[in-house]
Amino acid sequence: MTAPASLAFSTDVRTHERDFCLARVRDMLRIRRLEERCAQLYGEQKIRGFLHLYIGEEAVAAGVMPSLRPQDNVVATYREHGHALLRGVSMKSIMAEMYGKQEGCSRGHGGSMHLFDRATHFYGGNAIVGGGLTLAVGLALADVQLQREGCVTACFFGEGAVAEGAFHESLNLAALWRLPVLFICENNLYAMGTALSRSQASLSLTAKAAAYGMATAHVNGMNVLAVHEAARAAVAQVREQRAPLFLELHTYRFRAHSMFDAELYREKREVEGWKQHGPIHTFTDRLKEAGMMDEADFALIDREAMQEVDEAVQFAEAGTWERAECLLDDVVAR
Amino acid sequence: MSRIGYREALREAHREALQRDPRVFLMGEDVGRYGGSYAVSKGLLAEFGEQRIRDTPLSELGFVGAGIGAALGGARPIVEIMTVNFSLLALDPIVNAAALYRHMSGGQFGVPVVIRMATGAGRQLAAQHSHSLENWYAHVPGLRVLAPATVEDARGMLWPALQDPDPVLIFEHAQLYNLEGELPEPFTSDISHAAVRREGRDVSIVTYGGCLPKVLDAAQALAADGISAEVIDLRVLRPLDDAAICASVRKTRRLLVVDEGWRSGSLAAEVMARVVEQVFYELDAPPARVCSQEVPIPYAKHMEEAALPQVGQIVAAAKGMLGR
Repeated sequence: MTAPASLAFSTDVRTHERDFCLARVRDMLRIRRLEERCAQLYGEQKIRGFLHLYIGEEAVAAGVMPSLRPQDNVVATYREHGHALLRGVSMKSIMAEMYGKQEGCSRGHGGSMHLFDRATHFYGGNAIVGGGLTLAVGLALADVQLQREGCVTACFFGEGAVAEGAFHESLNLAALWRLPVLFICENNLYAMGTALSRSQASLSLTAKAAAYGMATAHVNGMNVLAVHEAARAAVAQVREQRAPLFLELHTYRFRAHSMFDAELYREKREVEGWKQHGPIHTFTDRLKEAGMMDEADFALIDREAMQEVDEAVQFAEAGTWERAECLLDDVVAR
Repeated sequence: MSRIGYREALREAHREALQRDPRVFLMGEDVGRYGGSYAVSKGLLAEFGEQRIRDTPLSELGFVGAGIGAALGGARPIVEIMTVNFSLLALDPIVNAAALYRHMSGGQFGVPVVIRMATGAGRQLAAQHSHSLENWYAHVPGLRVLAPATVEDARGMLWPALQDPDPVLIFEHAQLYNLEGELPEPFTSDISHAAVRREGRDVSIVTYGGCLPKVLDAAQALAADGISAEVIDLRVLRPLDDAAICASVRKTRRLLVVDEGWRSGSLAAEVMARVVEQVFYELDAPPARVCSQEVPIPYAKHMEEAALPQVGQIVAAAKGMLGR
């Protein structure tokens, strides 16, 4: 397995403000601590159904989200806790959703895979691989039709979606109609248990996107600053040129696909190798080396993240169940 | 009252919607330059321009999904699919997104999209352009499914469909595009109720879409034999108007359903089940139905006719229920 791709952007931590860097540490730690607790709660059967953890991939959401504006749209997959959280959905409402409580961001109707939030333009939470892409094209189309200038739709999906027809139809339509969609491919190398090399005859994902006539870039998705620099440039380009762009982020999932996955398809050694590139510790190490962060800074951020998780769990525990008589509410508008 | 064709009535409905609401736009294969595969949108490109009359690639999954996304984002798209068989390429966004998002998001995100498509047989287009699969969509909670069978409904259903905050599918039977009829003034624009197309006493014949003209012909033939058939046009395939169906059956005490879909798991089966559940003791005869034969619709004219419900079968079935 190859190491993460070479960097296309300057990622010298000293070129960034200290506050910005610490905020990215906080973003990634909030996701990490939230999901570690989710895994624990899954073991306690507080959270049921499918649970797909983002652990290892936090630099992607943490790098991309700060480049978006409130009026932009975000479409994500079933591995979207981190995206929802960093887009601004409260950790409390996310945790309550996973508990199935009506205080959850989808009233307990969606669970882990279907987090939604109108206030932050967070359009889910789609558990059909590739399903979000056509919707993202449509959201951008709505912005064009309704003359909402300067909006971008950020669409996150895994490399597994590249095998779906929806990927190809969506990229073509977005390019044909010059729709402001940023396609963000989180290439973690495995579509559930199927390695990219076992599912694609041609391995260059950027070449496929480029074939539809759009700009492409790829970057080390384990490096939050690299992701951010790439995303910032990409979002600006989509916004200004009113045309789609394909961004591939090389990343890796440290945990199993879901809580039911025995991980028979990859070597422990490979996982351990990628953990050396873990997005949080590699970043904090560099910040410490540059004198921009010390152990006390980290401990404070971590303590705050843990406290937020504790409060989210308390909120979810105290949450209430929707009355069964409400079962059919919201199937159609009331 | 003015005389108008079904196709022209649809076109007028589009023109009205495009004029009244700037959020409305039409997208689909060949809706612009070509003028629509059934010429419904002919002339609209010149009138409204490329931004609002959008020709799409042959990409049903992509453009239907995009239409749904656009509705999610606040636009009011009308998505035209050439024929119901092609809509199967877009089942995912319709069933897995449009129908689910309001509920799955806890009531936050509605999908006010209108998806229109041709359905049905009778034009010797063979098995991949002739099926009646509207029943599949009528199975799905979250969707509203309409079947305009008159010029009045062709003219009147689109605007209220666009006002619905949830997804609406409109099935236009391919045999109806050349239909002509009287358009009343004002025309109705109701998308919730069935309609009594002919009053009668002896048997209720419930149908929809392309079978309505056949059923009306059959009712006329029955009248000549002294049998008074009431004809109910469902108009709305989901949610079904149980009250109208049951009210008619209470009056006539007999139910015959005519449905171009295949018999197994059909809308006809659903209508019969509801009548049996709700007004069983009012019935004087077992409910009956005339459906398509369970075969891919063949090309040869005589074989296609043999596969579809025909007036003679409807007349015979109604008479059979009356012991005649």
